[in-house]
Amino acid sequence: MLGAVFLGLPLVALFHFTIKGGLEGGITFRHWAELLSGEVDAGGPLWDGISSSLVLAAVTVALMLALLLPTMILVRLRLPRWEKALEFVCLLPLTIPAVAMVVGLAPVYSVVARIFGSGSWTLAFAYVILCLPYAYRALQSNLSAIDVPTLSEAARTLGASWPTVLLRVLLPNLRRGVLAASFISVAVVLGEFTVASLLSRTNLQTAIVLVQKQDPYVAYIVVLLSLALALGLLLVIGRVGAATARSNR
Amino acid sequence: MTLSAPAPATTDDAAAPWVRMSGIVKRYGDVRALDGFSLDLARGELVALLGPSGCGKTTALRALAGLESVSEGTIIVHDVDVSTVPTNRRDMGMVFQSYSLFPHLTAVENVEFGLQMRKVAASERRRRASLMLALVGLEGREDRYAHQLSGGQQQRVALARALVTEPQVLLLDEPLSALDAKVRVELREQIRRIQTELGITTLFVTHDQEEALAMADRVAVMSEGRVEQIGSPEELYSRPATAFVADFVGLSNRLPGVLANGIVSVLGTALPVTSDAVRDGDVTAYVRPEHVRLLPGGVPATVAGTSFLGSMRRTVVTLEDDAKVTVQHDAADEVTLGARVGIALAGNPVAVEAR
Repeated sequence: MLGAVFLGLPLVALFHFTIKGGLEGGITFRHWAELLSGEVDAGGPLWDGISSSLVLAAVTVALMLALLLPTMILVRLRLPRWEKALEFVCLLPLTIPAVAMVVGLAPVYSVVARIFGSGSWTLAFAYVILCLPYAYRALQSNLSAIDVPTLSEAARTLGASWPTVLLRVLLPNLRRGVLAASFISVAVVLGEFTVASLLSRTNLQTAIVLVQKQDPYVAYIVVLLSLALALGLLLVIGRVGAATARSNR
Repeated sequence: MTLSAPAPATTDDAAAPWVRMSGIVKRYGDVRALDGFSLDLARGELVALLGPSGCGKTTALRALAGLESVSEGTIIVHDVDVSTVPTNRRDMGMVFQSYSLFPHLTAVENVEFGLQMRKVAASERRRRASLMLALVGLEGREDRYAHQLSGGQQQRVALARALVTEPQVLLLDEPLSALDAKVRVELREQIRRIQTELGITTLFVTHDQEEALAMADRVAVMSEGRVEQIGSPEELYSRPATAFVADFVGLSNRLPGVLANGIVSVLGTALPVTSDAVRDGDVTAYVRPEHVRLLPGGVPATVAGTSFLGSMRRTVVTLEDDAKVTVQHDAADEVTLGARVGIALAGNPVAVEAR
């Protein structure tokens, strides 16, 4: 209950602000109407921000899964002694403030820019590191719930190659962990401001800050909308997860 | 039954072993899990690998499956050296100790998996998988997931999954140890029946001697990475080659005795010893409880405990020098705790060992 108030109050205040009549007072949906009908031209930077954040989310999730999943499975199967070390490395980013990380990242990104250009999608390399602790935890809990060595060995004796073991046996049983890790990564990417801002790249959050300077009403409406978007995404992924879990029963 | 079973072994086949593991060494750092392990399996026979935990029996089975690489030695299956062939191309069927069904697949899909890997057509796959599930007595449970099946049922699906591809060798890694006693006995009889019916060469790992003696054509007793003795259950029980086997297979009393000229005197009784491997002098004789009987006027002893085992009774008595002896006798001979009795040896020691 207290949690709901704690969480809900700022949102209600935010919503109240967007429907305030300004100097003339009263309640009005004028700002919403202006934005939705396209009268206010917040379009440019905002669309740039949204599209680059969505691309970033997709690239980050893909990179994170491609990097983390095979590594974790390999460590579990062949190098169980390294499990603690892997956990330590994966949780390390939690302890480093984003600002401090940028200091280290800036020179790295001058190299990255030379190789991959300065497109904002390149932020995904940094975001994978930011997502690592959360994604690791999500995958880890799913991995420990299944007997990876025995399932792999059973599949191997039945004639499966290693790629087949990974794709046909392990991945279907790790679906919940993969979904959870993906979602939390998307959430981290959509909410990230510090790194993008300090490395002078555009994403949703930097765009919102930019728009806020022109029209605070529009900025807060967009904040509300992006929160709704994230909530919607959470519900969708939750449903998909529940549906696949049901079909597995 | 339309599944093709290999033809019964002819005398020629029997001469050349179906599986030959020779001089296998497996090192983990300084530890030798297998230390010159050798074993032959004739076509269609069930051999049990029996031994205490840590003796290397599971490692031997996993080496045959290709799940462990071997440091030295060769593994030949049906005239082909498979020592370096990866697991997925060895054509083995394996049932594991822990439940190993793929949780995201139904029972029938689990059984189909191996056929899918061999690119068998879908309709043929389903037919053979259903047939195999029927063979293990799981008709009508094809669409259940692992968590909807009991432990015994899961292991039967795993057995069907291992058998459906008609592998060269069936490997059973303590498949019954996670099950409760009643299911265990049922399932071991079923495994033996199916194994005989299909005539599939089988290696069975267990630490349970009762299981090994009840199921196997031959039992290989392992100790410290090598086979101590291999033989029929009867041979192992009545003529153990070493003291270790005598102690591990069946119950034995270890009694002090003196050996001279092929005669050992134990508890005042002189008994012939068949083995000439032990030199004359002080020895430990291994005597089965059924070879000791209660005899008024025998060696005096005190009853320290007794347990009723249905058709018979096993009683532990303490001799005057505090040595304990287990006597197996008729359930009708009632004994009371603390009673003074006499015992006598009624059969030869199965093994003697220098003290």
